[in-house]
Amino acid sequence: MHNKTLAELSAALTQGTLSSVALTQHFLDRIQRYDSQLNSLISVTAERALNQAASADQRRQAGQAGPLTGIPLLHKDIFCTQGVKTSCGSKMLDNFIAPYSATVVEKLDAAGMVMLGKTNMDEFAMGSSSETSYYGPVRNPWDTAAVPGGSSGGSAAAVAARLAPVATGTDTGGSIRQPAALCGITGIKPTYGRVSRYGMIAFASSLDQGGPMARTAEDAALMLGAMAGFDPRDSTSIDAPVPDYSATLNDSLDGLRIGLPKEYFGEGLAPEMAALLDAAIKTLEQQGAQIKEISLPNTHLAVPAYYVVAPAECSSNLSRLDGVRYGYRCAHPKDLMDLYQRSRGEGFGAEVKRRIMIGTYALSAGYYDAYYLKAQQLRRLIADDFKAAFTEVDVIAGPTAPTAAFNLGEKVDDPVTMYLSDIYTIAVNLAGVPGLSMPVGFLGGRPVGMQLIGNHFAEARLLNVAHRYQQVTAWHSQAPAAFT
Amino acid sequence: MSLSKADVEKIAHLARIALDQADVPKYAENLSNIFTLVEQMNRIDTTDILPMAHPLDMAARLRPDVVSESNQRDQFQQIAPQVEAGLYLVPKVIE
Repeated sequence: MHNKTLAELSAALTQGTLSSVALTQHFLDRIQRYDSQLNSLISVTAERALNQAASADQRRQAGQAGPLTGIPLLHKDIFCTQGVKTSCGSKMLDNFIAPYSATVVEKLDAAGMVMLGKTNMDEFAMGSSSETSYYGPVRNPWDTAAVPGGSSGGSAAAVAARLAPVATGTDTGGSIRQPAALCGITGIKPTYGRVSRYGMIAFASSLDQGGPMARTAEDAALMLGAMAGFDPRDSTSIDAPVPDYSATLNDSLDGLRIGLPKEYFGEGLAPEMAALLDAAIKTLEQQGAQIKEISLPNTHLAVPAYYVVAPAECSSNLSRLDGVRYGYRCAHPKDLMDLYQRSRGEGFGAEVKRRIMIGTYALSAGYYDAYYLKAQQLRRLIADDFKAAFTEVDVIAGPTAPTAAFNLGEKVDDPVTMYLSDIYTIAVNLAGVPGLSMPVGFLGGRPVGMQLIGNHFAEARLLNVAHRYQQVTAWHSQAPAAFT
Repeated sequence: MSLSKADVEKIAHLARIALDQADVPKYAENLSNIFTLVEQMNRIDTTDILPMAHPLDMAARLRPDVVSESNQRDQFQQIAPQVEAGLYLVPKVIE
């Protein structure tokens, strides 16, 4: 049952060969049996899930079910869920019972999806390995010595291990795509503004975007359709109709122009990695795509610019966590300053503190022009690179991450090395364009992903390309042996 | 760029973060390395380039000035560390 895709499970529910209660219980049993090896979950909401499942079954009997009704899912613990702990992977919010639900959660609830629990993640989504969580590191189901990527590593590991058919994630610099790649699943970061950020705990507000993590592009399309759409409660939400992402999955790739940025296939990329990507690109070429070399000349500036923009915005967003209104408060504060400083010093982990301090420095008096303004100017150059590229090609393809999953502990003490894990994904967030990662092979038993980047609002095209690729390949249906 | 221990302590104070003294040298090293990475930005001349504040260059949306939120103070204060009579309590600020 757990090896079926969301689309297959949806068909079984429709045919009446399966109930949502049975399906939900099956995944809850798997979580109980397997998650101790992965630590992919922070909370399991079994009772709530079984109630939602029973409602979904009733709704189906009443003839009011949609394709997602009764399908279990996991939410990244960054999405507020009313009445359920929403920790963001932090000690700071370990006691935070969200008083309201994120728009994404409300929309998926309304579609009849069943929340099994909340997934583990890098603290406040700051990390590329899911090791910075207050709740301990997540492990990769393909090899538990390896990280699952981050920050949505709990969601990626759980979906890869078949603990849930799909999960939500968020992506500020690669946090959906990089863990999707490292765990061998399919994930898409939509265009900035496509999915509401309301109730999604803010890290860097001009970069953050929620999206689906699934095993197939078809499943991601179904889920994205339910997640996307205008939300008046998010001031940067885009008021544009949501296309039927499933309707165009099978469109022909004839004449599709795919650009390969020479900067993505340069010396930083291992030859065995390049070989897997070449094979995937050949497969797309056989389906009618035309391949063209392009250039994104400012690629090398993306990581430096990002590590000003993201920390600056994070230092501002996280200033609300002050030990006064909610969240962690230190014991016996002697005065107000002590309350602020110790609540934040004790409540935040090292990586979050580093980023807040970088942002604080970059925004402090006298440094604004040298750091924040400079980074925003580079951001323009990076976005212009994509704008120019999309006059020549429809889709850009390249690696999602420079390597397959690295080992736990390998990079966690060296922030700069860790930051370079996102070298191919960060520019996409700075430009606000959509990006998808899909599995294209294995290196040493660990999955490798290929990234597809599209112009603003080209999610349907990315899902179409990934779906056509998955129709003729089987990488996406491989399951980690220990969790089959 | 190289940050001293004193620089780190000053930034931590601005950020309202208490650091263990023993951790300060490590933060100084890590932050210095990150700023060295960031300073690769300076290799590019950005004179006359318009800063990009938002990925879609959109204008802020306006809405009618009407009340849209109801008072949920009691609910929100249920998760507060310390409240009394509808007020958030902190250590005394004025002697």
